[in-house]
Amino acid sequence: MDNFEFLEDDFAFVGENHESKKEIAPPVTPFFKDFMRRLGKNKGACIGGILIVIIILIAIIAPMVSSYDYAEMNTAIQSTSPNAQHLFGTDRYGRDLFTRVWQGTRISLFVAASAVIIDIIFGMTYGLISGYFGGKVDTVMQRVQEIINSIPSLVILTLLLVIMKASLFTIIIALMLTGWIGMSRITRAQVLKVKEEEYVLASKTLGAGHFFIIFKNILPNIFGQLIIMSMFSIPNAIFYEAFLAFLGLGIPTPQASLGSLINDGFKSILITPYMVIIPVIVLAILMLSFNLFADGLRDAFDPTMKEM
Amino acid sequence: MNQQPILEVKNLKQHFKINRKFTVKAVDGISFQIMPGQTYGLVGESGSGKSTTGRSIIRLYNPTDGEVIFNGKDISGKMTKDELKLLRTKMQMIFQDPMACLNPRKKVIDIIAEGIDIHHEFKTQEERNQKVYDILELVGLSKEHATRYPHQFSGGQRQRIGIARTLIMNPDLIIADEAISALDVSIQAQVVNLMKKIQKETNTAFLFIAHDLSMVKYISDHIGVLHLGHLVETGTTEEIFNNPIHPYTKSLLSAIPSPNPKVEKTRVSLSYDYATSGIDYELGSQHHISGSHYVLATEKELEEWKNTE
Repeated sequence: MDNFEFLEDDFAFVGENHESKKEIAPPVTPFFKDFMRRLGKNKGACIGGILIVIIILIAIIAPMVSSYDYAEMNTAIQSTSPNAQHLFGTDRYGRDLFTRVWQGTRISLFVAASAVIIDIIFGMTYGLISGYFGGKVDTVMQRVQEIINSIPSLVILTLLLVIMKASLFTIIIALMLTGWIGMSRITRAQVLKVKEEEYVLASKTLGAGHFFIIFKNILPNIFGQLIIMSMFSIPNAIFYEAFLAFLGLGIPTPQASLGSLINDGFKSILITPYMVIIPVIVLAILMLSFNLFADGLRDAFDPTMKEM
Repeated sequence: MNQQPILEVKNLKQHFKINRKFTVKAVDGISFQIMPGQTYGLVGESGSGKSTTGRSIIRLYNPTDGEVIFNGKDISGKMTKDELKLLRTKMQMIFQDPMACLNPRKKVIDIIAEGIDIHHEFKTQEERNQKVYDILELVGLSKEHATRYPHQFSGGQRQRIGIARTLIMNPDLIIADEAISALDVSIQAQVVNLMKKIQKETNTAFLFIAHDLSMVKYISDHIGVLHLGHLVETGTTEEIFNNPIHPYTKSLLSAIPSPNPKVEKTRVSLSYDYATSGIDYELGSQHHISGSHYVLATEKELEEWKNTE
């Protein structure tokens, strides 16, 4: 190496002659297609999704086509076991359990849907404002939220029942008062993370307003997580409603929800076990499907899985 | 040189209050100016306040003190609507990390068109798209790239998209905040040459923030050496490289590796430690050397440094 001779122009500056040539763009699959493909690969999520659709369809159709009304009593056929006329049997008052179970599923799904809507409208907005504006706004909003969170929801519901009648509406109000907190926390954490990203700064240097930054830059980047969060809040809401019904704080009779059916059947579990087992199975399948589906969604959305 | 400077920074200070007792003086009274169509290179080690300077100028931070005059308008204090619009359209910034500076959920066409979307600088959708295609062409990408997402590009391509985003506003000044530090060397050359080409075509001024002196030498007309928030030496590229006065500048210059192994073998890099050097930046003042060459020093220090030549 020592004897190696260098020529004069060996270390000359290439300068601007070093031009790159035009790049050719290879074809790629769009994000949504990719997302669906990944979701399709996940067996658990597929089964979960299909089961959710089936349960929703039955819950809508079954009470409509059934020849019995969910509130129709017939003391002649008290506590009959499942048979051809009454697929799931009848309860202590001779009401058709098949109709009542699916009617109950309707109510549970309705509670779940309202929980998601409350989560998205209230929790997300609260978290977005708190996280994005930060500073004093954030401090005040977080303290308020902590105060609300420190009151057990059962206490809130019991207090509500003092001034209001037990009804679906009361349950939804109780959900509204406390259910959004988890969602707003997740949203706030995500916003805090995203708002310091350079593309948000770049948007600022281009003169973007708060609305533009929130809706065009921050929301699309956290929406995946938020959808997943709200999917996970569905089984929670269903369970919460069932739990309230089981405690006797839920829907008044003759209306039924999965929880109140389980509660009623539980009283005679040793004599007529089918009264409790069937709604429990429906509830379990419903919750499992939502969990599986939410899990699959998260995996399919997760940008770290592929090329990010 | 009786032209009006495009950007004039006078005694800019940017302090961050950590708590009641402690304040970080990230930038502590720096002054420089940039002429239209020229490149000013700001160099210095990590934490010397280069990026903070850039971000204060473009008002991502609110400057503590000092004046920033852009196109003859003071933009360091409270701005009127027109001044704000001028700042947000005519001064643009290229960011350091090409992976982080593009919104991963947006298509390239929407990323590049963001500026004209915000300021409504188009009449029809076709006009908007055509503008984006023209800019893509300018930075060496093609129309087909417009409908893709950022993660489908390489680092160099993404940085060019970042440049395209700034160019669509026809800026008078682009702040390139370590725009090439995150790229590998061959791509650095690509991007820097692209910037030079754009400068030639559009007569845009650049504030080029970097720590790679060889790159700064290549692209800059003027250089400012920043250390601990103070501008220790400033001048044209020739003045700084041929006649460095400040020991910190000397130490920086001595650290540039040479491509020629025979020269590289004998290269001695000088070390400089502010704590033990006995220099206090607070005491020094800007001394004129020649032309536009200034050094931050006290009278005594200046004599000393000149004599060691």
